[in-house]
Amino acid sequence: MEAAENKIYQDKIVIRLIQFSVVWAVLAISAGVYIAAELVWPTLDFGQYWLSYGRLRPVHTNGVIFGFGVSALMATGFYSVQRTSHVPLFAPRLAWFVCYAWQLIVLLGALSLLAGWNTTKEYAELEWPFDIAIAIVWICFGVVFFGTIAQRKIKPIYISNWFYGALIIVIAMLHVVNSLALPVSIDKSYSAYAGAQDAVVQWWYGHNAVGFLLTGGFLGMVYYFLPKIANRPIWSYRLSVVAFWAFVYAYIWAGPHHLHYNAIPEWVQSLGVIMSVILLAPSWATLVNGVMTVSTAWEKLRTDPALKFIVLSLAFYGLATFEGPMMAIRSVNVVSHFTDWTVGHVHSGALGWNAMITYGTFYFLVPRLAGRELYSTRLANIHFWLAFAGTMLYIIAMWAAGVSQGLLWLSIDGLGELSFDFKDIMASMTPYYLLRLIAGLVFLLGTVLMAYNLFMTLKGQRAVKVAPPAVDPAYGVNA
Amino acid sequence: MNGLTFHRKIEENTGLLIFGILFVSAIGGLVQLLPVLTQESLETASANTRPYSAVELTGRDIYMRENCVVCHSQQIRPLVAEVERYGPYSRAGEFVYDRPFLWGSKRTGPDLHRIGGKYSDDWHRLHLLDPRAVVPNSIMPAYPWLEERQASETGNITNKLTVLRRLGHPYTDEQIANAEADLEGLTEMDALIVYLQMLGTGFSEEDAAMEGGSH
Repeated sequence: MEAAENKIYQDKIVIRLIQFSVVWAVLAISAGVYIAAELVWPTLDFGQYWLSYGRLRPVHTNGVIFGFGVSALMATGFYSVQRTSHVPLFAPRLAWFVCYAWQLIVLLGALSLLAGWNTTKEYAELEWPFDIAIAIVWICFGVVFFGTIAQRKIKPIYISNWFYGALIIVIAMLHVVNSLALPVSIDKSYSAYAGAQDAVVQWWYGHNAVGFLLTGGFLGMVYYFLPKIANRPIWSYRLSVVAFWAFVYAYIWAGPHHLHYNAIPEWVQSLGVIMSVILLAPSWATLVNGVMTVSTAWEKLRTDPALKFIVLSLAFYGLATFEGPMMAIRSVNVVSHFTDWTVGHVHSGALGWNAMITYGTFYFLVPRLAGRELYSTRLANIHFWLAFAGTMLYIIAMWAAGVSQGLLWLSIDGLGELSFDFKDIMASMTPYYLLRLIAGLVFLLGTVLMAYNLFMTLKGQRAVKVAPPAVDPAYGVNA
Repeated sequence: MNGLTFHRKIEENTGLLIFGILFVSAIGGLVQLLPVLTQESLETASANTRPYSAVELTGRDIYMRENCVVCHSQQIRPLVAEVERYGPYSRAGEFVYDRPFLWGSKRTGPDLHRIGGKYSDDWHRLHLLDPRAVVPNSIMPAYPWLEERQASETGNITNKLTVLRRLGHPYTDEQIANAEADLEGLTEMDALIVYLQMLGTGFSEEDAAMEGGSH
């Protein structure tokens, strides 16, 4: 019993996953910058199929979501589930398997996309051998995570674990249902669903991959690291309970807003609108909870770059979760659908929210794990402004591009004729695409600075050994 | 037992938490997906819609491999401007042989659902080899390698048709037996153009009349 009490937290794996996450961030954002450049100078693929826009684009999205995003969620999930359970990770060997197998899937997956293996289902492009591997590794991730919770020494399961738990469970469900297909060969399969039915299944997946991975998973990060960094308890635990269940219930309905005016039943679209608008409530409940938690710690914003990133990420979270429901309304969607506005919306979430909360968390975690101060606070502060400027430039460029496209495409003159030729509208996008490219470069530069800063902080250091503290008897499992 | 003490039970029990999340998150999906997956009209082909031929299917697989769908939608919305620009709006019955659907979410280039027959084969060939030769300001990539590869290299067409028949597409034994011969002598470029030229031809005036003909 005594020996078990003295076990130390598994933090080496946290460091390794953070390293992978940062490497994927640099690579995947670089791929994004490259395809942004191709939209300005279309011959940048030099006639090479593997540099072609269509093949690189899913490498960018998969690299960001599954390389950078999921590695960060695994790292922070493993870190926080140990601290909130007061026990080291359950089945540490299995955890290491999850860590490396996942990186292998992302790496080989990216190569397979370049080779042209592609289901074309957005954010589920990888072919069936990868789908099976993902399902297996994901279940192992769940075993490690829930196994740790099951062994916990603290009676209540802390709120951050619910969000990480929802990430694991719901993504597993979405992935399995959406990936059902009959294989033709190792690199090719045909979907179990066809046409309109396939579309509804795919966007049930596509929307909720965003919902439970990029929103829910990262909210888990907020609920653990925001109170830690601000050194304040969460403002309202009760609000977080209500927001959690409302979020899990409501998000899943919103997928059909990706198919407005498409050939699917109208009731499905209408339901999608209503639930998307309702979703604003649980999304902003968490926002309120987060902002109120930092509200008595504003002075730390002047000195702590980690907190700066996290507070700004909450602002972009609020913006994106407001913009989303608005874009789900049919009369707005009629303009925004198929345009760069959607791309801007996704990036206000991905850059402003997901990347910034992760960057902030890494700036907080890495010095603690390495047992010394951050290599350069000054570099981190420069990174903060580069990230902020890059994100703002990006979404402004895409708003301008998207709203113009939407309105010009639909514009009809007094004689009932189309006012503009598609080609002319497309050609007029160049300045916006150039601005977006610059925005991406600025954001990438900041990310590279962070990679260097974290590398120097970790250099030559080993993970600090931390043992679980004593449990307050009032909250112990036997209480 | 009030709400909070009930919730405390979930908060303290791993199994209940897992089950609770699974149950609550499944509701929306079940209510939306089950009726859609069992709605017969979504599986009923429009009058002129038939399964893809061996060459068309190969062209479609090349379209997927090059990920054309990230820049081109195949979905014309029932809006005046879209119908004027692209043609009759898309009907669910035109997509029943689409595995997966290729409706897309972004129009960096124009919609292609009714591109079939609008340009000549030669135009498409030139455009795919050098987009800026025919559309000066185009930002589309060129696809020179399609000319250099045989359509038969795209994948095992006999297996493809067999798998699709298992999924319910009405291919005859003869179609499957002749599939390889159909691809003979064609490049990937040829197959892709055949696919582009048949896009949107599954729609018929009869379908429109059946719907009530208000347009």
